[in-house]
Amino acid sequence: MENYLILNTLNYPILSMLLILPVVGAIVAMFLRGDTVLKVWGLLVTLVTALISIPLWTRFDQTTAKYQFAELRHWFPALDLDFVLGVDGISVLLVLLTTLVMPLCILCSWTYIKTRWKEFVIVTLLMETAMLGVFVSLNTVLFYIFWEGMLVPMYLIIAIWGGARKDYAAIKFFLYTFTGSIFLLVAIIAMYITTGTFFIPELMAHSYSFAFQVWIFLACAIGFAIKMPMFPFHTWLPAAHVEAPVAGSVILASILLKMGGYGFLRFCLPMAPAATLYFVPLLIGMSLISIIVGGYLALGQSDIKKLIAYSSVGHMGFVTLGIFLLNDAGIKGAMLQMLNHGVTTGALFILIGIIYERTHSREIGDNSKLGMFMPIYVTFLGIFSLSSLAFPGTNSFVSEFLVLFGAFDKYPLVGAVSILGAVLAAAYMLRLLQKMVWDDSDGHVPHGEHAEERKRILFDCNYREIFQLGFLTIFVFWIGLHPTPLLDMLDSTVAHLLHQIDAGSILPEAAQNGESHALLENAGTWIKNLF
Amino acid sequence: MNTIITSKIIITVLIPMVTALLVMISGKKPNLRDSWSTIGAILTFVSILTFLPVIQGGDQLQYTLFELYPGVSVKLNLDPLGVIFAMVASFLWILASLYCVGYMRGLDEHAQTRFYVCYAVSVGAAMGAAFAGNLFTLYLFYEIVSIFTYPLVMHHQDKEGYAGAKKYIVYLMFTSKAFLLPAMVIIYVLCGTLDFNSASIAHGIFPPDADRFVVGIAYVLCLFGFAKAGIMPFHNWLPDAMVAPTPVSALLHAVVVVKVGVFSICRVMLSVFGTDILAETGLGLLTAYFVSFTILTASVIALTKTNLKARLAYSTVSQLSYIVLGVAMLTPNSITGGLIHIANHAFAKITLFFAAGCIFVASGKKDISEMGGLAKRMPWTMAAFGLASLGMIGVPPVGGFVTKWYLALGTIDIHNWILLSVLLISSLLNAGYFVPVVLKAFFGKPLPADEGLTSSLEGKPLIMFMVIPLVITGAISVLIGVYPNLFLDLINLMVKS
Repeated sequence: MENYLILNTLNYPILSMLLILPVVGAIVAMFLRGDTVLKVWGLLVTLVTALISIPLWTRFDQTTAKYQFAELRHWFPALDLDFVLGVDGISVLLVLLTTLVMPLCILCSWTYIKTRWKEFVIVTLLMETAMLGVFVSLNTVLFYIFWEGMLVPMYLIIAIWGGARKDYAAIKFFLYTFTGSIFLLVAIIAMYITTGTFFIPELMAHSYSFAFQVWIFLACAIGFAIKMPMFPFHTWLPAAHVEAPVAGSVILASILLKMGGYGFLRFCLPMAPAATLYFVPLLIGMSLISIIVGGYLALGQSDIKKLIAYSSVGHMGFVTLGIFLLNDAGIKGAMLQMLNHGVTTGALFILIGIIYERTHSREIGDNSKLGMFMPIYVTFLGIFSLSSLAFPGTNSFVSEFLVLFGAFDKYPLVGAVSILGAVLAAAYMLRLLQKMVWDDSDGHVPHGEHAEERKRILFDCNYREIFQLGFLTIFVFWIGLHPTPLLDMLDSTVAHLLHQIDAGSILPEAAQNGESHALLENAGTWIKNLF
Repeated sequence: MNTIITSKIIITVLIPMVTALLVMISGKKPNLRDSWSTIGAILTFVSILTFLPVIQGGDQLQYTLFELYPGVSVKLNLDPLGVIFAMVASFLWILASLYCVGYMRGLDEHAQTRFYVCYAVSVGAAMGAAFAGNLFTLYLFYEIVSIFTYPLVMHHQDKEGYAGAKKYIVYLMFTSKAFLLPAMVIIYVLCGTLDFNSASIAHGIFPPDADRFVVGIAYVLCLFGFAKAGIMPFHNWLPDAMVAPTPVSALLHAVVVVKVGVFSICRVMLSVFGTDILAETGLGLLTAYFVSFTILTASVIALTKTNLKARLAYSTVSQLSYIVLGVAMLTPNSITGGLIHIANHAFAKITLFFAAGCIFVASGKKDISEMGGLAKRMPWTMAAFGLASLGMIGVPPVGGFVTKWYLALGTIDIHNWILLSVLLISSLLNAGYFVPVVLKAFFGKPLPADEGLTSSLEGKPLIMFMVIPLVITGAISVLIGVYPNLFLDLINLMVKS
């Protein structure tokens, strides 16, 4: 087991601390009183968690694909179940994204959330632990516990602090993602029965029969495709985004959607490489449909949150496209696209939260002509909209270009179709930007009673808001102009992943040579054995 | 040729950006704000002049700011082609910033701070495009120009302004996303780098065994991707963008924006594809025929327009294609003719637009039919207009003649009588739509309403801010016809390599 790990050499157990700290914070929050105290406490805990995670960035060893900062504790000897944590190039970036976004989630809720601050802080901190747990677990049981553990806090965030149709959205979110997870559980148990281990690196190293791989792949892929979300499993997302409070939307967009992509990279590709190759056409097809349908639906929305939600479907389509290109540029692009989407779409939801606090409407029409009143807000809106449409020099361009490069390199036609998604992104973001900044204003400060009212409610961003947006702006340009450090962190891990796929790809030729109905027969006996 | 690595060349791109910041900060003090523009313009021009001797000596300046991945970086590289464009654009910015004061104050326009900020950033981005050392940098600055000229086109914020601006951004963004982006990816796939080959215009950057069909696709995508060049069928944004204030039409839509488009196409043809591949695949000649269609059609449309700015807009569409035509013929003479037209067209066309704007501010006239006898009241303006028209037609000794001379030599070099006749017919058409305007202004009868008015319209101080720049540009367009050596020598450095 130790072959796969580089044990933590820092003088404190960094990954466990990341998991425990928010939980401890949540417990302490139970005894605190007063909204302001709770707000500050929530911010403090998330900030300390973020600070603790910094060594993951500075001390990360880029030269190895092993799991670093690893911790190994015996946990459940009867099942040979260990408590194993560790990060590689893929998960470390997502851990950092999570610890980075969480303080902003508290900050952007500062005045947005008006009731039940105690519960809000507790739920948000528990959510943080669950999300970090998913990324650092190296054990399928642990992974699944955290994976399901995310559902409840997220359900509560939508159902308690959500909008008018919060119950509908929360239930829909819960049912969709829970359905997906059930299949995942089946796959985890099946793999345990076959291999006798829950340890993820060993599961990756094991060579499964092709038929088994196909079932594993499908079971996992449904769960992850729902989480992504990929077309046609995307319908929960707009509902959840629209009804969630601003922090909920930010968590959902920035981190939760990345779970699907992470799952594909951690489970489907390395554990079922032959099946992955077999399903590449299907997954790429679904990705292309997601890119185009997401972009097309975004074009027709009048609700800003819905527009961004559908744009997420399109952006996530680029992620799955990159992943299933199965080449270096594609997977790196997909990983970066996940980070960039986290930064940019998170910021866009914060922006929507800011304007919603002022006008209490999410309709574009009610939030138009802001250029006259809120120049700072409009500047940030411009930066993040351009980032979202992959303007050169911003973060999304770097990742989109990599995915496109991977696509044109391998399947030029796929690349050509995905360009349509890039065009659509420009269309819906520029439309949003035009309408919100100017619409059809005549350029003169309006007067009259209504105008006075507008002027009163449309005050520009305060320092707290400027800080959040300014902080994320740094990442927009930093990743946009100097992505090398991030790409370097991915180097070894992606190379190792591609090696795993290559090594496992000997199987499908055998399957292609053999009759294809053997596949189903094998699957049938396999299911019989299972029961 | 030596490549000198120096961070100094960032300065030229930075000055306009800093100018924009200063303009923004001093928005409440109009005099200070407007002088920042002029100072910024002068400094930009001076900074380029300091690099000129090095370039004239056959060396190039280079600096890499950021590296995104291997072969893709934000890199500046100053070569003769870049220096011509940068010099022309920054020099005209000085005059345009003076002209702006007269125009914007004369019409008491709103949101002048926003106007000057976007104006400065657009020029700065054009400098960046001129200095671009690779395709990514070019694309980056090209897109910045698109975004920051949008508020300028919709400046009036009326129905027409919004409609024109919408068309503008849809055309430019659609083409760059749909064509340019994939072209860039394809080139990166084939070559593993986006850096220009600035050492030689013959070889390009493609490996010798690159699939010629794919190279051809990338080329066509580039040609349509740079829609700012106004090549048909993606030219339609330009006439509609004329709803912008005239200084925008003049500097941006006759010099900076459209020239960024044409410059980019020339750059891609010469430094990415190289004349060898274009000649070998026949793409060069194909392009020449293709843009000939634009040259002729746009001229014919210009004949039908009675609004002066609309006529100038179509004339621009037509003239821009001369530049591409010259480069596409791939002979030293024709390339010289094409590239020198970047300068010749810039000086002549900005004069024409300046004159149109000056006429509008001074007399409120937009339509050619109303301009009878106007030369009596605005002699300086109309004289400059007349000179610039001669340049457009290609009459010696105005600059445009040098262009047509070299272009015609080029057609003879490749023994192509069709392209030669395109040149001749288009010159006739140029005469057809410019001469009537000049004749009308000098010898036509004034409208009944204007009968008997003889007082000069050019005397007011604010109008002087407009007349002086346009007289200067008019004079220079003759000067570079008589003495084109500065530009010819620079182009020779490129062509010889």
